[in-house]
Amino acid sequence: MNMISRRNLIKAGAAGLALPALARSGFAAQPLKVGFVYLGAIGDYGWTWSHEQGRKALDAALKGKVATNYVENVKEDASAIPVMKDLAQAGNKLIFTTSYGYMDQTIEVAKQFPDVKWEHCTGYKRADNVGTYNSRFYQGRAVTGVIAGHMSKSGVIGYVGSFKIPEVVMGVNAFTLAAQAVNPKITTKLVMIDTWFDPAKEAAAAETLANLGCDVIAQHVDSPAVLQVCEKRKIYGFGYGADMSRFAPHAHLTASLDLWGPYYISRAKAVLGGTWKPDDTWWGMKEGILAMAPYSKAVPQNVRAAADKIIAGTKAGTYEVFTGPIADQSGKERVPKGQRMADKDLLVMDWYVKGVQS
Amino acid sequence: MNPGFLIDALVTVVGVTTPILLAATGELVVEKSGVLNLGIEGMMLIGAVTGFAVTFNTGPALGDLAPWAGVLAAALAGVASSMLFGVLVLTLGSNQVATGLALAIFGIGLSSLIGAGYVGMIVPSFDSLFPDRLAGDPLWRVVFGYSPLVYFALLMVFAVGWFLNRTRAGLILRAVGENDLSAHSIGYSVIAIRYAAIAFGGALAGIAGAYFSMVITPMWAEQMTAGRGWIALALVVFSGWRAGRLLGGAYFFGVLMTLELYAKASGFSFLPSQFWAAMPYIAAVVALAVISAREVAGTEAPACLGRPFLPNS
Repeated sequence: MNMISRRNLIKAGAAGLALPALARSGFAAQPLKVGFVYLGAIGDYGWTWSHEQGRKALDAALKGKVATNYVENVKEDASAIPVMKDLAQAGNKLIFTTSYGYMDQTIEVAKQFPDVKWEHCTGYKRADNVGTYNSRFYQGRAVTGVIAGHMSKSGVIGYVGSFKIPEVVMGVNAFTLAAQAVNPKITTKLVMIDTWFDPAKEAAAAETLANLGCDVIAQHVDSPAVLQVCEKRKIYGFGYGADMSRFAPHAHLTASLDLWGPYYISRAKAVLGGTWKPDDTWWGMKEGILAMAPYSKAVPQNVRAAADKIIAGTKAGTYEVFTGPIADQSGKERVPKGQRMADKDLLVMDWYVKGVQS
Repeated sequence: MNPGFLIDALVTVVGVTTPILLAATGELVVEKSGVLNLGIEGMMLIGAVTGFAVTFNTGPALGDLAPWAGVLAAALAGVASSMLFGVLVLTLGSNQVATGLALAIFGIGLSSLIGAGYVGMIVPSFDSLFPDRLAGDPLWRVVFGYSPLVYFALLMVFAVGWFLNRTRAGLILRAVGENDLSAHSIGYSVIAIRYAAIAFGGALAGIAGAYFSMVITPMWAEQMTAGRGWIALALVVFSGWRAGRLLGGAYFFGVLMTLELYAKASGFSFLPSQFWAAMPYIAAVVALAVISAREVAGTEAPACLGRPFLPNS
């Protein structure tokens, strides 16, 4: 396993020193070389960390058959292109680009390396050798929403988000709808902090929400800062992407866990078996790439039962949080009673449900 | 609006402002001596990871005193990293802008390397300096309810203001920054004074970093200062190199950011979100533009700012 990071390259003093070594290892490679492009640092304890766990799971499951390597801290701009080219030139035949902002760069580089299979996470552009994959994160939001609906005494719950993009909007809406199913009077105060990672700002946003009366705060940002504020303020919160209970043993009620391993293993197997196709995959709890962390002691039995019911229903396909009637913030009905929102509508969702204050 | 609400908001403002104020106060002294150190971000991160690591490792032995050992170590780590910069720009006469940027990048890398083993750990934070009766009082916490580093930051900005304007040593430091050759010709050691100023800046940047990893969020995460070093740098320029305005400017920034959060949580927003995302970079670019266009806008800048001291050439 090659551990290549931009930072290590900088430390070595010259990328030129490292690259020939990388290329040499490509010639000798017998196993399938699988590359990963990471947005953050593998130590971010969130998004990149969960992909890194997926890579390790792939390593363990197909030991000897695959050789994986990754590049971390790759920005979502043109500088991602040389990183992807380097990975392809180093002999990686399957490359996962694990953030939305790599979409155009992946398509562009994939054209130049037609014999490499590319997999872009959370995007929507595909090509003959580019597939996309995503997780139904909102299913986990629905579980935490039900718990929040039960646990909130003030009826005001908070949400620290990053940007108003469909993935975040879906989460806010699923969380709010599930909480309102428990307590129709619930309102969600939403603060977008315009970045994925800034612990000090995440903390300030959580403090602000707590000051405004929120007693349960969910988060869609990359650090556990929000949970640490919840712990200090003696209110509740949830981990996202990973179990973050160590940061907030009292406040942390549960977390949705991203388990990319099963997907990465299935795709590597498909390449090894020659059956790989550029699919658009949107898995969730049913397929095992999304799960919940254990409930904390603070979650009472009846709330656990309610949350378990949502999980079981989601896995069985009998529960879908985006089932009408759903009204937007202005009160206009967007989804009629009994109807489920189509995937294509979910993927472009840019409106908040009634009860979200943003 | 009840007083409790305002006090809550003020506590958030103080939390947002303190690390920027600390780092900017240190940089003010550095720049007053005629040296431009762009590496604040890197020194902060080295301070953040060192403070965290020392607190974590001395916790079992020192108990409640461990955070103090951590802050001391953060300050020393800041000094050490600033000395690296000092040797390059003062003794070896390298370009200050390039060396400062290199220090920033180096600090990001080194802190990630040191911190790799500390991800996912937590440390206890400082005990309050004041009895719970005051620190926890709904009203008096507005005065007594902060981390010790908050009071230290305020103390430092007043001390630096007094030092620069009211003491002989401060006068000498300013003379070195305004006209190094004259200061040299009447017998002051320009290089030694600048070393001392850079070390002071490093110490405060290190403590500012520790504020992130030990007070705001007691944890280590790579690049957790998220660009605050650049804002601190810009703040020094915007303050016109004056301690009083520095304090005002830092709190203005803190109030603005907190107001934005309150506005969003209350359902409206008065500045486009992209503005906030671009803020650190805009601030850094404007600050550098002001410094380099001294004759136009930056007449308050120390005259020797950014120039190497070469008495024999």
